[in-house]
Amino acid sequence: MSFAKTCARMWRDPEFRLGAHEMSATSPGIAAWGLITGVAMAQALPIELAVLMSLVVFAGSAQLATLPLLASGAPLWVVWATATCVNLRFVIFSAGWRRYFLRYPRGQRLTLGYLTADLNYVMFMRRFPGPETDPDAQLPYFWGGAVTNWVAWQIPSLLGIALAGSVPLHWGLGFAGTLALLGVAASLVNGRATSVAAVVAGCAAVAAYAMPFKLNIVVAIAAAVAVGLLLDHTAPRPAVAVDDKT
Amino acid sequence: MTWLAENGGAALGILGLAAITLLTRCFFFLSEREIPLPTWLQQGLRYAPLAALAAVVVPQVVLTPAGTLISTWQDARLFAVVAAGLYFWWRRGILGTIVVGMAVLLPLKLGLGW
Repeated sequence: MSFAKTCARMWRDPEFRLGAHEMSATSPGIAAWGLITGVAMAQALPIELAVLMSLVVFAGSAQLATLPLLASGAPLWVVWATATCVNLRFVIFSAGWRRYFLRYPRGQRLTLGYLTADLNYVMFMRRFPGPETDPDAQLPYFWGGAVTNWVAWQIPSLLGIALAGSVPLHWGLGFAGTLALLGVAASLVNGRATSVAAVVAGCAAVAAYAMPFKLNIVVAIAAAVAVGLLLDHTAPRPAVAVDDKT
Repeated sequence: MTWLAENGGAALGILGLAAITLLTRCFFFLSEREIPLPTWLQQGLRYAPLAALAAVVVPQVVLTPAGTLISTWQDARLFAVVAAGLYFWWRRGILGTIVVGMAVLLPLKLGLGW
């Protein structure tokens, strides 16, 4: 089947629409972050490099963390080591993706990997709790969310590069991104274990905030996973009927 | 030639960043070889997305740009988060959560300078 036909079929797929629809609720927040990242890139780099970075890197927090380093001419290994640390959470997520993605050829897996930002992981895992859940729906749903998120990030990011001087940074528009993540996080809380895990992660991230390279996020994930597992294993088990033979 | 001399380092840095992002995001599904992930880890990964989100959100609400805890209640972010949280609890819509939060944040920040 030709590429165009594959795209057209994907576009009409209701799961593609669902993925796009669920992701689009977060788009204003993602767009605000994209805009601010675009401005930051234009202030640190020549315009053509800012555009290149926006399109090929596509990882907001790693971009923001490395921009001052690139601008000040820090050694490249420092730039790359910083990005690796900031991106460590993606390594954790990739372990989750593995059981879903391994069925596709490697070239396709790389394309999917390029597109898997944090929210793609969250939304996808909420829709498909296990790799065996609705396998035919997974790829269209993923693409719907991925395309939406990519566009919602890249267009404001490129606009931010173009209009760097006239974006009012002091308005605190970036908080829209925080609110988007708050909404998504709240939608994942369903019961005691998840509430406790979220609180533990939040506290750990604040306590470890002084760590370099945003490693506080990795610390927070480790703490929340540990507490979540602990609660899973100590939760009161449902009573089992005993076969009474007296 | 001067462009390359001036910007070659940054350009190489950016291409390296692209490669690093791709490699970290694909880390555990690049290879098809068996990777033994313990069952407890597989289960624990369920908590990773929520933890990552909370870990980004909470410091951005309760810390100052310098990284210290905020020491005043006159901070627009606190009111915005409470309003956004209440909206989510009421309607469970993410778009509305963003809109309500920003509708509280902007007047407090621009009007009162909080």
